[in-house]
Amino acid sequence: MFRQGIKKVWFVALCLLLSSNTVFAQLNVFTCEPEWAALTRVLGGDAVKVYSATTAQQDPHHIQARPSLIAKVRRADLLVCTGAELEVGWLPLLLRKSGNGNIQVGQEGHFMAANQVALLEKPVVLDRSLGDIHAAGNPHIHLDPYRIQQIAASLSATLIKIDPANTHHYEEKLQTFTGEWRQAISQWERQARALRGQRIVVSHNNWVYLEQWLGLQRVAVLESKPGIPPSSRHLAQVLTRLKQHPADMIVYADYQDNKSARWLSQKTGLPVVGLPFSVSDKEDLIHWVSRLLNHLSGAGS
Amino acid sequence: MHKVLLVAAIAMLFNSNQVFAGSETESVKRQLDAFKQQSAQAMSALEARLVKADKRAEQADRKVQAIEARLIENNKFRSVSSGQNNFNPAVSLILDGRFANFDNSAESYELPGFALGNEAGIGERGLSIGHSELLISANIDDKFFGKMTLAFAEHEGETETELEEAFIQTLGLGNGFTIKAGRFLSELAYLNQQHAHAWDFADAPLIYRGLFGDQLIDDGVQITWLAPADIFLQWGAEFLSGSRFPAGGTTNDVGAWTVFVDTGGDIGIEHSWQLGLSHWQAVNIKDRESGGHAHGGGAEETPSFRGDSKISALDFVYKWAPGGNSKNQNFKFQFEYFDRKENGLVTMQGDVSPMEVTSYKGHQKGWYAQGAYKFQSQWQAGLRYDRLASHNRGSDAEVLAEAGLDNEGHTPERYSVTLAWLPSEFSRVRLQYNRDKSYEELNNQVLLQYTMSLGSHGAHQF
Repeated sequence: MFRQGIKKVWFVALCLLLSSNTVFAQLNVFTCEPEWAALTRVLGGDAVKVYSATTAQQDPHHIQARPSLIAKVRRADLLVCTGAELEVGWLPLLLRKSGNGNIQVGQEGHFMAANQVALLEKPVVLDRSLGDIHAAGNPHIHLDPYRIQQIAASLSATLIKIDPANTHHYEEKLQTFTGEWRQAISQWERQARALRGQRIVVSHNNWVYLEQWLGLQRVAVLESKPGIPPSSRHLAQVLTRLKQHPADMIVYADYQDNKSARWLSQKTGLPVVGLPFSVSDKEDLIHWVSRLLNHLSGAGS
Repeated sequence: MHKVLLVAAIAMLFNSNQVFAGSETESVKRQLDAFKQQSAQAMSALEARLVKADKRAEQADRKVQAIEARLIENNKFRSVSSGQNNFNPAVSLILDGRFANFDNSAESYELPGFALGNEAGIGERGLSIGHSELLISANIDDKFFGKMTLAFAEHEGETETELEEAFIQTLGLGNGFTIKAGRFLSELAYLNQQHAHAWDFADAPLIYRGLFGDQLIDDGVQITWLAPADIFLQWGAEFLSGSRFPAGGTTNDVGAWTVFVDTGGDIGIEHSWQLGLSHWQAVNIKDRESGGHAHGGGAEETPSFRGDSKISALDFVYKWAPGGNSKNQNFKFQFEYFDRKENGLVTMQGDVSPMEVTSYKGHQKGWYAQGAYKFQSQWQAGLRYDRLASHNRGSDAEVLAEAGLDNEGHTPERYSVTLAWLPSEFSRVRLQYNRDKSYEELNNQVLLQYTMSLGSHGAHQF
């Protein structure tokens, strides 16, 4: 009886060991922003376990190097972040404190999306009096579907390099994604045709890639300098400029403070639209872009 | 579509069976004609649709080609710069200046029961520059990170340069291990490992002033290990030379050592916390000099301690940021408790003879609690309370008193409030008021301070 008990315990232990092995085989991926979490999930499928350091409601510029994040980086096989100094205030510290060799700068497991594509708005003059600018260029690249497609290809290649046993799986996933994504792009472009040439006022200069893609025209920025809250004097200037050159709508990322945007909307009667800046929990990239375009079209018509 | 037509036609045929024989052929013929006409129409509609579909496929193909072209174009614009200066380390400069006004002079400052050493004090009255710091850091290669901090301070009319930090640190040694070597801020407790310019108040907590002379810095090696767990759990140890206050010259190779354990995590998305326990110890300290009790005139005497010293500390930090966004609004609470026990001899060194010596058994403790609330993107307010206690014994109470180790029946405490204006991440102007009862006399202190950082964007610790 006792022996049988022991046998059972062994069996259960063996089962646990085997099951934990399959869990262990999953790649631990630490992503800095939710868009990269969504992309990694779609490209990795069951082979990856993804953690996102931020949600769509958080400003990735200002994140604290919290103990919980250090613990997550410690166990990561792959790190997927935007780069271009977007996470400069917290990521270097996470890397140094993690004691994890896989994801340090220069390793295969250190994937920076901004390094895979060309960036817009690379500043000619680097001076802090111009606000919190990024020397490498504007880092908010996830708002251009074409760049996402490029990044997807590189990310898939990275996944294969780190986890060659699942090469076939990753290739298949990439192919499926690319097909769906291309189809989605042509549909979005059809949908957004009416938006071409629309004149927008933005709260923070983080919509460049969307503007370029959809042919939107940015006529004013509420922040006088990136990262510095708009002063009343600057807002008054924007108001007079808008009287001479009217715009169609005011746009802000829904994680941002919309006080100034609403104030301007009251003064000018322009519609104000808060856009989802990134993928929300459990949503995929295609749904998110569709949602964003719906919001935009809703305000633009 | 044509399936429906066929079914309809067949149904019609069956129906026509019931029609009288005479008109049967006629009606069948008519129906057949009608059917033919209908199917011809259906065929041409189908053909038209095929042509349309073809056209669409062509359009889709053209679009794919356009996308491909854009991707290639995008790739072409990828800039890979290889300028020499890209390899320059990150350099930043901290500029700090202040205006201070005190009820009582800085010279009369003391903390009864604590022998002050190092830079301990309330600084100078009037306008002065504080610590200007030059920080240089970079990844050395794929294995090491290096950092140096030079501090410049004005002391009695002379500019003093102090090497505050100069260390190397391993990058991703693996399995959660990190090794640091050189001169660094000890990871004992919480506030100690932060630079003074990152503090939420213009001055150090009283217990830091009393035990370390503001901050514990030493030369040595630090090893930390991060447990592979979902919760943050870090163990660490430091082996230090013990050549600096509050060790101050020892006879052993490893003059002082520390051990610490930190844990922390998040509660939801808005709350995070960290809890730490740490211990510092130095045995066989010899000749640790400190400032004595100020007793107006007379012979200049310096108390010197030899013996063993142990410090244990508990630290807790809690942070709140609405929606996980600390930029516009956040709250931070921190609490630290220290307990020091010392055992040895205290000697008064000077021209006086005979030499004054006393045995010394010291027990000092203290804590502070502070909250800092950023209520707007550019404004932060803070509140802090400090409290110390000591119980020191020795064979010669008079010598002990002269060394500043008699608590004079006083419990040092202090209330501080601040209001800081933060125009950007890189600048801060702060007004602070202290109601300071470090010693018997109440000392009201007002500080107006600016702290600015130039150059590369530093990452701040939790």
